[in-house]
Amino acid sequence: MSDYMYPVLFGIGSGLIARIIMLRTDYRQYPTYLHGKIIHLALGFIASALGAIAVPALIEENITAITFLTLAASQFREVRNMERNTLEQLDQYELVSRGNTYIEGIAIAFESRNYLVIFTSIITTLSYMFLPIGFSIFIFILCLILSRILMDGGKLKDIVDIVYVQPHFEREGLYVDNIYIMNIGLKERREEVLKYGMGFILKPKSFNARMTIANLGQRQAILHDVSTALGVYRDSGTPAFVPLAKRDLNDGRVAVFILPQERNIKKAIEIIGSTPTLENAIRLPTKRKKEGG
Amino acid sequence: MEIEKLILAVITTNPSKVPAGSWVFYCENEREMKRVAVNLEAILDGIAHLLTDDVMIIVKH
Repeated sequence: MSDYMYPVLFGIGSGLIARIIMLRTDYRQYPTYLHGKIIHLALGFIASALGAIAVPALIEENITAITFLTLAASQFREVRNMERNTLEQLDQYELVSRGNTYIEGIAIAFESRNYLVIFTSIITTLSYMFLPIGFSIFIFILCLILSRILMDGGKLKDIVDIVYVQPHFEREGLYVDNIYIMNIGLKERREEVLKYGMGFILKPKSFNARMTIANLGQRQAILHDVSTALGVYRDSGTPAFVPLAKRDLNDGRVAVFILPQERNIKKAIEIIGSTPTLENAIRLPTKRKKEGG
Repeated sequence: MEIEKLILAVITTNPSKVPAGSWVFYCENEREMKRVAVNLEAILDGIAHLLTDDVMIIVKH
C-alpha cells in the first residue's frame, strides 16, 4: 500500500464533505431534484480527488501532474456553462423569471464551490502528511468554516430598509407610496390589484446601495425570490399581474409591487431582506479614487 | 433593436380621436368599450391601458 493512501483518502473525504455542506437546497429551489444533486456531488468528488492527488504528485517531483489542475479548471468552467444553460432554458417557463444577472450569479457560485473543494482537499492532504491527525482535523474544520464564509454573500437587508406600503390608484395609475408602477385601464383589474397586491419600499442605506438596487437584475432577483416563496397571483397571459420594481429617480428608493398568493407582510419583508445582493449588481461608486487627489 | 412594447388594438368611443384601421374598435358607449377591452386583453395577452376617458389601448409588454 502506498504511503500516500491515507492522506489522499483523507483529502478526498474532506473535500467531499465540504461540497455536501455547500450544497444547500433552500426556498430558491435549486438544485432541488435528486439528479441535480448527484451531478454536483460527482463533480465535487472529482474536484476533491484532483486536489488530494496533486499533493503527492508534487512531493514525488512529478511536476507535470500539476497540469491536471488546468484540466480541472476548464472542466469546472464547463460546469458554469451547464448551469447557465439549464437555468436560462428553465427561466423561459417561470411565471416570474430569475433574470440573467441572478442566473450568472448562481453559475459563478457553482464553479467557485468546486475550487473551494480543491483548495480544501489540497490543504487537508498536506496537513495529514506533515502534521498530527488532531491538527489536520482542526485544519479541516477551519477550511469548512472558511468555505461557508466565502460562500455566504451579502443580503439585501444589510444595504436597505424595507417598509410595507399598501399600493393605491390615482385615476388609472398604480402607485406604491409616490412611485408610479403602471397604468391599468380596467376597473375589475384595478380591484383585483388592490385586493391581492402588496407594495414595499426599499430605502437604500448608502449611495453604494442606491446604485446596487438600481440594477435591473438585482430587482428581478427580488421579485423572483418573493414570488417563489409566497406564490404568485397570475397565470400566463395576464401581464397586468406581473410583479414590478420601479425606482424613484429623486432619491433612489425602489418600490416593489407584488401579487402573492400568501399575504403575509412580515414574511415578505423577511424574504426581500434575505435576497442575496448579486455580485454582478454590486456597485461601489464611492470607492472611485478621486482624480488628481 | 428589439421592440419591447407594441400597441395591439385601440378601443374608443370617440372616432374623431383615432384614425380608422383594422385594429381600431369603435364602441357606442363606455360600457361597451370596457367590455371589448376585457375580451381583447384576455385574447391578446396584453394589458388594457386607459389613455383618456374615451380611448383605451391594449399593449403587449
